[in-house]
Amino acid sequence: MDKVIDLQIWQMAAAYIFVLVLLVIVRAKGIKRESEIVLSSVRMTIQLIFTGYVLVYLFDNPNPIFSVLVYAAMETFAIFNIFKRMKQKLSAGLKRIIALSMFFGTTVSLLFFILVVVNVSPWYDPRYFIPIAGMLIGNSMTGISLGVSRLTDGMITNKSLVEGALMLGATPKLAAKQIVDNAFDSAILPTINSMLGMGIVFLPGMMTGQILSGTSPLTAINYQIAIMLGILGSVALTVITFVQLGYKTFFNKDSQLIIED
Amino acid sequence: MFQIIDLKYKNILDIKELEIPGQRITCIVGQSGSGKTTLLRMLNKLISPDSGKILYNDENLKEIDSIGLRRKVVMLPQTPVIFNGTIRDNLQIGLKLAEKPEAADSELLEILEKVHLKKGLDENADKLSGGEKQRLALGRVMLLKPEVLLLDEPSSALDEETEQLIIESVVEFSKRNNRTLIMVTHSKKVADTFADNIIEIKEGKVVEA
Repeated sequence: MDKVIDLQIWQMAAAYIFVLVLLVIVRAKGIKRESEIVLSSVRMTIQLIFTGYVLVYLFDNPNPIFSVLVYAAMETFAIFNIFKRMKQKLSAGLKRIIALSMFFGTTVSLLFFILVVVNVSPWYDPRYFIPIAGMLIGNSMTGISLGVSRLTDGMITNKSLVEGALMLGATPKLAAKQIVDNAFDSAILPTINSMLGMGIVFLPGMMTGQILSGTSPLTAINYQIAIMLGILGSVALTVITFVQLGYKTFFNKDSQLIIED
Repeated sequence: MFQIIDLKYKNILDIKELEIPGQRITCIVGQSGSGKTTLLRMLNKLISPDSGKILYNDENLKEIDSIGLRRKVVMLPQTPVIFNGTIRDNLQIGLKLAEKPEAADSELLEILEKVHLKKGLDENADKLSGGEKQRLALGRVMLLKPEVLLLDEPSSALDEETEQLIIESVVEFSKRNNRTLIMVTHSKKVADTFADNIIEIKEGKVVEA
């Protein structure tokens, strides 16, 4: 394997030319996005440098408490990010279900991945635990966000259809079945589509990173396949838990639909 | 059958006392916005009163399982709900949602005849006109043969002649099967012709019972 090229500061700095090019384009076109572009570039740089140092510390001092704390912080950030992203007003019950589904789906998948698939010892080895947790949580967050949006929109848009089914004696589960199935389908579809294009249309970030840092492409691909399947499992588990519990928050104990007009 | 005592719901309904007899045809009349549909929705337990009580066969609606009740007391909304698929799918879905066995095609055709819908079972339900959709939805609830049929303006999208035919058919169906029919209607003529019992609601209060 060739020696890995360590990027010098000036080389890193050269990459910011792309930001400058974008700034020139938006200014020329009169698109008012300069401050967001600058802010996001600066934030990305500071966040990644900070994370780099944190990871160096964690890797040098492996400790189960640190790994679990980082996991809890990522999980919390992801859950609040989902709440923030939603345009619709979420009920307290629905927020609880989102948090529970995220926690359950990603934790089960992570433990399976760490203990069975990669068989890491010790299980909390931050070199594996943290990046894998990050990928599972990040993708599950995107999936569940879509699921929440589709379920909420579906229940509001199809209110008369759901109520029409209730009037005939349907259980809430049957009345909401189509909406629940559609929400699950939309949430899982991007992950399935990304698997279709993988390796041909694009090389995934994790694999590219590993290859650039000197790992053999075959090892990188082994990991990538495993992680993609892990992501699929985590997204599916998170979203199915969410939709199966989430639709219930739109009904009360008398099986009445509780959506305000 | 239904007894309503001291019922209050938001500022929409305020009924001191009302009795709706079983195995009879009851028409609820009144101006739009008077609370007729709200009353019907309450009998179907889609909503619950803020105070007071509704008894169904002497049992408080509050204590009755909502799904079990709605399978006996079925409601047809004014705007018919049409599901994706054929006319057959739209008739069968009522049975499916109420977890009852599917009906044979012969029974479906018989129902279509009763609601005067001259269409094939394989036709796309979405292509039907407003009045035809209303008749299809009526056929769907008749197929369920519930103890009580709650109909909200079942003929609002029909011309006078079809209205007469459809109401006649549903009234005949209820009488022959000893069912209770409670119908909200804007038509004084329908109420006068078919009702055994007329309830007039004005600004949420019962005027005449």
